Order: sequence, then structure tokens, then C-alpha cells
Amino acid sequence: MRPARLLLPLAVATGVLVAFPLAAQDTTAGRGVHIGMQYTPGLKPNVLVLAIPGDLRDSARTIIERDLDAGDRVTIIPNTGGQLAAAVGGGSAAMNYALYAKLGAAAVVQCTLAPASLHVVVHDVGHARVADSRDAVISGAPLGPEWRLAVHGASDEIERTITGVRGIAATRVAFVRDGQIYEIDADGANARALTGPGLALSPAWHPTGRYVTFSLFTPKGTLIAVEDVQAHAVRTLAATPWGLNTTPLFSPDGNTVVYTHGDEGGTDLYLAPAFAPGAARRITVGKGTDNTQPTFSPDGKRLAFTSGRLGHPEVYITDIDGTDAELLTPFEYGDADAYRASPDWSPDGRLIAYQSRVAGTFQVMTISLRDHAVKQLTSDGLNSDPSWAPDSRHVVFTSTRTGVQQLCILDAESGRTRQLTHGSAARIAAWSRALAPLP
Amino acid sequence: MSRRNSLWSSIPTLAVIAAALAAAACGKKQPPAQPPAPQPAPPPAAGGPNQDSLMRAQRTADSLAAESQRMAAAVAAARNTITAPVYFDLDKSDLTEQAKAVLDAKAPILSANPGLQIRIAGNCDARGSDEYNLALGQRRAATVKRYLTDHGVDGARVDLISYGKERPAVEGDSEDAYAKNRRDEFEITAGADNLKPARS
Repeated sequence: MRPARLLLPLAVATGVLVAFPLAAQDTTAGRGVHIGMQYTPGLKPNVLVLAIPGDLRDSARTIIERDLDAGDRVTIIPNTGGQLAAAVGGGSAAMNYALYAKLGAAAVVQCTLAPASLHVVVHDVGHARVADSRDAVISGAPLGPEWRLAVHGASDEIERTITGVRGIAATRVAFVRDGQIYEIDADGANARALTGPGLALSPAWHPTGRYVTFSLFTPKGTLIAVEDVQAHAVRTLAATPWGLNTTPLFSPDGNTVVYTHGDEGGTDLYLAPAFAPGAARRITVGKGTDNTQPTFSPDGKRLAFTSGRLGHPEVYITDIDGTDAELLTPFEYGDADAYRASPDWSPDGRLIAYQSRVAGTFQVMTISLRDHAVKQLTSDGLNSDPSWAPDSRHVVFTSTRTGVQQLCILDAESGRTRQLTHGSAARIAAWSRALAPLP
Repeated sequence: MSRRNSLWSSIPTLAVIAAALAAAACGKKQPPAQPPAPQPAPPPAAGGPNQDSLMRAQRTADSLAAESQRMAAAVAAARNTITAPVYFDLDKSDLTEQAKAVLDAKAPILSANPGLQIRIAGNCDARGSDEYNLALGQRRAATVKRYLTDHGVDGARVDLISYGKERPAVEGDSEDAYAKNRRDEFEITAGADNLKPARS
């Protein structure tokens, strides 16, 4: 990387944006170069996001600031109205690092908007150098869904540069509202229906984010549907032509769907091809009990699921061939209040989040697969149906804490919670994997 | 729920229509399932043969109308018996004695109507996991189907579905609402047109 040898004047707290010629623009920095800033887990480095020249209503900077804040790994230094601005450019020699150090910044984010890209430079203030410099491809109309997703992708890479962990802004959450499947950006923007009127439940994302599977109530029965969310095309799985079929999810390789099929012999887990014709294969043999709500281990070799085989729901783990099913959650015989359901396996494989009945209501818990240690994440209202973000740190869940069912996002590390949905009731959320990695 | 309401409200209408049809048919087409009650002997002639035959005809018509009304009521009662819901305890799919009594009344009507097909829809109260409740509703429906097949009903005539807690009969979070929502509902899917009461 060859920083431009130019001293960029800086307008500090005066509201004056100093325009500067584009000649010094550094676009030659190697893509994906991570110099590695010092990040200590638990400590949140202070980050300043400079105003972006030509930013429509300051929106790109606002989105990046909000994304970094929502990631809960950095602290944003307020830059009200984008008063702190740097001229276009990006070389380390152009930055007044001493000034940013005085402001307490560990990192400074400097972006430049071009018609089809966002040039992002992350400055390591402590070392007075550029930590990362890259271009994010921006498509779609400004502030439209694709444009926003691209900016979120840039935020996530900034977070990776500063903390070593990719952010979770370029993701979406699918959920149920008024019997329809909806999706919403992880920052709460762009809520929109994926299905028409009727009753659909239990959405789950394909690993690519291209498809969502869910259960669809029809006159023929409750069927497993797969929707191409780009083409808005819905089809039902050939393996589920009738009867009760619920709680589908894609395998980590995206090729199969595991779901619950119920008949007079009970409800059990089955596996069927997601995109090819083919018969279903039974996984669990519950002998008339309820076995539902499957969730895959990240390697796709095991499943956690809810089973009523003890007479009430608890969470179990089985191998994908249905053998070696064993109780995971800490049931004590004689506990009449016991009710544990809705497991979701964290993408890093370490934890399973679930809902547990506590004093007559439900709370979201996690259990460690290493030592079976249980942690209660919520206490306010009825909280259910957790789903992990790709960072294995944030959880989206249904909560009644506002008086009506809405989705909330909680940072399992700090406990910080924000409300994701507003308006009519929302429930049964599923968090996608990363949707827009930078090239 | 609305479908349930309309079904209930349509029962009196169906009874009236059935009565009207039976009266109109007047034994011309299909005979009723049971023979008409024996006619009382005509009274001695009072006002000439014309008057006498008119009165006799009127009495016959009255008697037939009464009979068809009785039939319609019996059919409506049979329909009510078939569609009467059964209720469950919290988180349970076991049949209570009350539920068994409700089902015991259904079995003879199903026997008397081999063409009758039903769908059992299992439902839950508003507590519990939305998704797990779909499985619990299915188990409630399956328990009732097993009871009916154990009592001689052909399993091919009984379809199962579960709505979990998605279609409450009663809105609200009271114990009373919960109790009314933990239920199996029964819908006639075929053979409703010529429904016969149970053979006595």
C-alpha cells in the first residue's frame, strides 16, 4: 500500500467541509488486507466515522454508524450531523492522527462515494496508519434495499478490520406477521411480505439467502414450501403432498430440508431433497410422541430438536441418521413446570438457545454444549423462539415486553437489547447468514 | 372460527329446508328411514264425504309434516353430536371421561352413516410454543381418531389436522378461554347430505 503524500486539511467541529481534489484518491490499496488492529474482547474501541462527501442526507454514514453500534463491539464517537469531515483521499499521511487520538478514537472510518462503489478506508489511529482500504460495490437506487445491503456489507467489513469479527448488518430476519412470512433488514429497514394472505409459519433461510422455507397451511394440508425470494416464486416440496408438515430448515450444505411430519403415529423429523424430486427419509422414531423444531449443528452431522417423549417438551440431540438421541436440557424429575422448546444451534457450534418456562412464562436461555452450563438471557415479558445471528453473539426472539409480540435483538454478551420490528405483531424469527460479502 | 359459527347458525336453516323438502315430497320419492306413524281411524262422518276426506287429508299432511320435522330435528341432533368438540387438560392429549362420553355418542352415528367422513382438527390454548403446539394439536387429534377406530370406525373415514394455537375458539388469556381452546373440532368432509340419526 502506498499512501498518498498529501496533507489533508480537516474541518473539526465547525461544520465546514473542506473540498479537496480527487487526485490523491487511493484506490490501489490491496483488497482484503488486514493489518490487524489491537482488539481486546470486552473492551470496545472508540470509532469515529467521518462525514462522506456527497452522501445523500448523510445516510450512508448514519447507516454505518448505526451498524457498528448495533454490532456491540465498538463505541461510536458522536459525530453529530457529520461535523467531523475529511477531504477525499485516504492516505495515512493525509490524516491528522494526533487530533483523532485526542478525541479518543482508536479507529477512524473514512468513506468516499462513487456512482457504483463505496471506497472505505479504516485508519488505525494508535499506529497512525491505514488498517484497511477497499471498495464495496454499490448497486440499486440510493437508500433502496440493494443499496442499503451493500452499505451494510461495508459496515461488516469495517467491523472485521477493527475487531477481527465480521459484523452482522448485511443480514435479514424472516418472521411471521398476520399469517404471512415477512423479511426485514437486520437494522429494522425494508420490512416486506414474502407470501400472500393465508397462514404460513416457521420460516428458515437457505445458507445463501436466496431461498426461504416455511410451513404453508393449504386445503390439502400443511405443506413445506420453498420460496425463491429474488424471483418471488413459491413451490411446495414433493415429499409433503398432504398432512401436517411443519418447522422446516435447510441443511448447512443447502441441499436438503429437514422438517416435522405428523400423522396418527405421532410427529417425527424427516429429511427430503430441497431442490430435486425424491422421497422423504425418516430421522426420529418417537413412537407416538412429538418430535419437532429441528436445528442443525454447523457441520450438519447432528440435530437438536424438541421432543415430548418424557411427557413434556425438552431439547434433545440426535445424529442425523436418528441414532443416539439424548436429552440435552437440564430436566429434573418432578419439575411440573418444565417446558423447554424451540432450540437454535449457534453458528459457531458452542451454544444452543431455547425457550424455557420460568414462573409460568417463557424466557430465552442458552446451554453450552461443552459443559451444559445454562444462562438466562431475558426476564422482561414472555420471550420465545430465539434465532442466532451469524456472529453467534446476537439473538433475535419474540417478546411481549412492549405489550404486543415484537421481535427483539439481544447481545448475549452484554445483555443490550433493541427492538427490531414495529407495527402489527411479529413472531417466530429466523436470522439469515451473511448476505452481501464484499468482493 | 367464522366457519364454525356459520355452520352452527346454518343448522336451523337446514332443518327448515329438510322439513320443507320432506313435506313437499310427501312420501312420493324416498320413504323416511322409519315408517310413518299409524294413522288414527277416521271419525264418523260429520259433514259429508267431501269435508270428511279433506279433514283426513289434512290430518295425514299434518302427521307427515310432524314426522319430517321430527326427522329434521333428529338429523340436526346427529350433526351436532358429530361436530361436538372434545376438550383436553393443559399440555395433555389424554381423553377425559367427559371427552369419552362425547366420542361415545359419535360412534353410532358414524356406524349408521357409512358414507360419512370427518376431519378432526386438534387445537391448543395460547400458552406453549407456537410450533410445538402444532405437534400437540396433532397428538390430540390422533388420540381421538384412535379412540374412534377402537370403537369400530374405519380409520380411512377420519382425516387429521392440527392448528396448534393458530385458530382459537375464544380470544383472551383467561383460564376459561384456555379451557375452551384446548379442543378437537370435528368437521364433516363428506356424506353430510343424507345424514341419518343413529339406529335405535
